[in-house]
Amino acid sequence: MNSVTNVLIVGVGGQGVILASEILAEAALKIGLDVKKSEVHGMAQRGGAVSSHVRFGSEVHSPLIGVGDADVILAFEALEALRWAHCANRDATILVNDMRLVPPTAFASKGTKYPDDPFAELEKLGRRAIKIPADEVSRELGNVRLANTILLGSLSQRLEIPVTVWLETIEARVPKKTIALNREAFERGRAFLQ
Amino acid sequence: MKKLLSGDEAVAFGAWRAGVKFASAYPGTPSTEILETFARLPGIYAEWAPNEKVAVEVGIGSALAGVRTLVAMKHVGVNVAADPLMTFTYTGLNAGFVLVSADDPEMHSSQNEQDNRIFARFAGMPLLEPSDSQEAYDYIAYAFDLSEKFDLPVMLRLTTRLAHSKTVVDVQEETLEVAQRTFRRDIKKYVMMPIFAIPRHRALLERLASVQEESERSSVQNIEMQDSELGVITSGVAYQYARELLSTASFLKLGLTNPLPAEMIRHFAQRVKRLLVIEELEPYLEEQVRALGIECEGKKFTSRLGELTPERLAVALEKVGIKAAFAGTPTEPLPTLGRPPVLCPGCAHRAVFTALKATGAHVFGDIGCYTLAALPPLEMLHTCFCMGASIGNAVGVAKAGNSLKPIVAVIGDSTFVHSGITGLVEAVYNDARITIIIVDNGTTAMTGGQDHPATGKTLMGIEATRLDFETLCKAVGVKHVWRLNPLKLDDFEKSLRGSFLVEGPAVIIAEHPCQLYPIRQERVPMVVEAEFCNGCGACLRVGCSALLVTGELSSEGLPKVTIDSELCTGCEVCAWVCKPVAIKFPAAEEVMNE
Ligand SMILES: Cc1ncc(C[n+]2csc(CCOP(=O)(O)OP(=O)(O)O)c2C)c(N)n1
Repeated sequence: MNSVTNVLIVGVGGQGVILASEILAEAALKIGLDVKKSEVHGMAQRGGAVSSHVRFGSEVHSPLIGVGDADVILAFEALEALRWAHCANRDATILVNDMRLVPPTAFASKGTKYPDDPFAELEKLGRRAIKIPADEVSRELGNVRLANTILLGSLSQRLEIPVTVWLETIEARVPKKTIALNREAFERGRAFLQ
Repeated sequence: MKKLLSGDEAVAFGAWRAGVKFASAYPGTPSTEILETFARLPGIYAEWAPNEKVAVEVGIGSALAGVRTLVAMKHVGVNVAADPLMTFTYTGLNAGFVLVSADDPEMHSSQNEQDNRIFARFAGMPLLEPSDSQEAYDYIAYAFDLSEKFDLPVMLRLTTRLAHSKTVVDVQEETLEVAQRTFRRDIKKYVMMPIFAIPRHRALLERLASVQEESERSSVQNIEMQDSELGVITSGVAYQYARELLSTASFLKLGLTNPLPAEMIRHFAQRVKRLLVIEELEPYLEEQVRALGIECEGKKFTSRLGELTPERLAVALEKVGIKAAFAGTPTEPLPTLGRPPVLCPGCAHRAVFTALKATGAHVFGDIGCYTLAALPPLEMLHTCFCMGASIGNAVGVAKAGNSLKPIVAVIGDSTFVHSGITGLVEAVYNDARITIIIVDNGTTAMTGGQDHPATGKTLMGIEATRLDFETLCKAVGVKHVWRLNPLKLDDFEKSLRGSFLVEGPAVIIAEHPCQLYPIRQERVPMVVEAEFCNGCGACLRVGCSALLVTGELSSEGLPKVTIDSELCTGCEVCAWVCKPVAIKFPAAEEVMNE
């Protein structure tokens, strides 16, 4: 079997899931790997659940990660981490932005509710989840949009893509004025994981 | 140069490289980005047509004039365009014509999941099925060669998974050489009255027989011989899943799937012990393989429903005793709280349906963002079939004569232009007592904000004559036309009730720009005065993501509501339904203090 790395990035429409997966895919292409990245557009704009599959390695066939075959899940929101947890393989790390977005339809939903403690639920499933306070740190850095870069920083600790390639790819995608801030955000994100 | 391109982008770049100078389309997920990408390339003409039928007719014109032409649409668009297409295969063309059909297995954003490979066969169009972006890029040039060589329109079929996945493409710098052509009058070929159409039908069958020969030796048909125990015939993205899961099997991967290479299939079948056909949706390949008298297994183990995915294919293979190289574990997701898409904060569609709800009318729907109003909490639509259907549906209910409630059709501006106008003419001609609301947000929002004839701008960014709905409605004979801002809810509701008293058809043009397109609108967020909020939840029932439940309870023991100032636009719809008048704009001094 050729070794393919499977990264699933999930979140809520408008949070920047697609941009994050573009950056990861471009970084993998830069180091000479075959890459496939897949998501479904259309409904993302309107606050729906969004997931993006990124696969890279020497040769990639399927654009989709099989259920239970994700090596890393990067979740931009806690409920979304729970929704996609079954896609992770048994050794996978689930990196979760420590924030909750309660869907506006939640009050009308009979039965399932927004979980009181999504992290406890992940643990109950026997999943290895790591909380990343990306929203909090982005506010500290003075720009909520930096959460994206912070999360990518954390993700970078779990993937074999050199930091210089990550930074180069991110810098090509953000406004010039914010390059220094994005570097800092990336480092802050990296520091949450060893 | 190696680039990551979506299937849609690859089609656009590939078409440009193949010398395409003319492209027409009507937007539709997952095909929209093809024209959006193509329109930005140099030296070409690209346009949005009012609907797919017109796009094909315009495309026929440009192909006859001698210019390579691309026409793109989503799968259901081909239904709309079917009339010209079914005859275009008889006539043939001058310069090449390629129709891209972007199918949507799994109905990620569609009302059905029809398999348009059957359409290609029905119409007699050669059919190409790429399995990634590189192939989409390469096949487009080949499609034009086929089209010109065999004098036929060619269909290139994408599926959502291909259209929206990014894979690596080696993008070529220079464009290909294309022969210059000019228009030539030839009534025997292009005037399809019976006397000329009869021989052209025969000519179509002859041309297809030649394409069949091409199909037998085309470089897009690949036999990959490995283990002869198991052979797989497949096409499109299904190839990628099968290839990954059956790493030692032999494959016949087909790129040109109409007409199929019968000899090649026979040859392959003879060389393997067991033959599988792996395809999404309909047993299109399987039935034709069987018709050759070849035994195979297909829909016996894969589903006719939805997309194929690695885990679905692994489970299916297991059913017929084949162990797949699947590293995952096909488990069901946890039952988690759903997160369906909702109307954006500030969307004027919400106001229209909030007013409609207050009147208790029967509402027939159409396709666009406003279709979301069928779902909780608004729950205001009875129907959604296809673009333009709302008006006809409403006329039918009115004429059936057994409804006591006012009957309303709600249709978006882009949808009205696409196929609502004839419905309106029907309502006037047959004098139906209905109210038609054109929810005019000045864009095609559902598919990402494309221009259309009533926005006054073209795909290439040029100012255009703006179609005026009021003038149009009056011209077709509607006697009562209102033009209103639905966010002025008191007036809007009053006019709505007034329209129910009109004997014949009445039209309300509900005008308010989309919150997102073409530019994000200015926002003035509102606040909830907590001491007045009684927790009744009426505001939550307008379904806006800017309204949040706080932990705090009202004196009635109900959860109080707050407003997310990052999301609220100040549209006032929630304030309109708030009985205790707790939702307000912040007082001037508070705004200053912020
Ligand atoms: C035949 C066909 N073509 C295209 C589509 C894709 N589509 C769905 S809704 C829509 C238009 C929506 O625009 P509009 O009616 O203005 O409503 P809005 O989304 O702006 O509220 C389109 C193009 C379709 N479903 N069927």
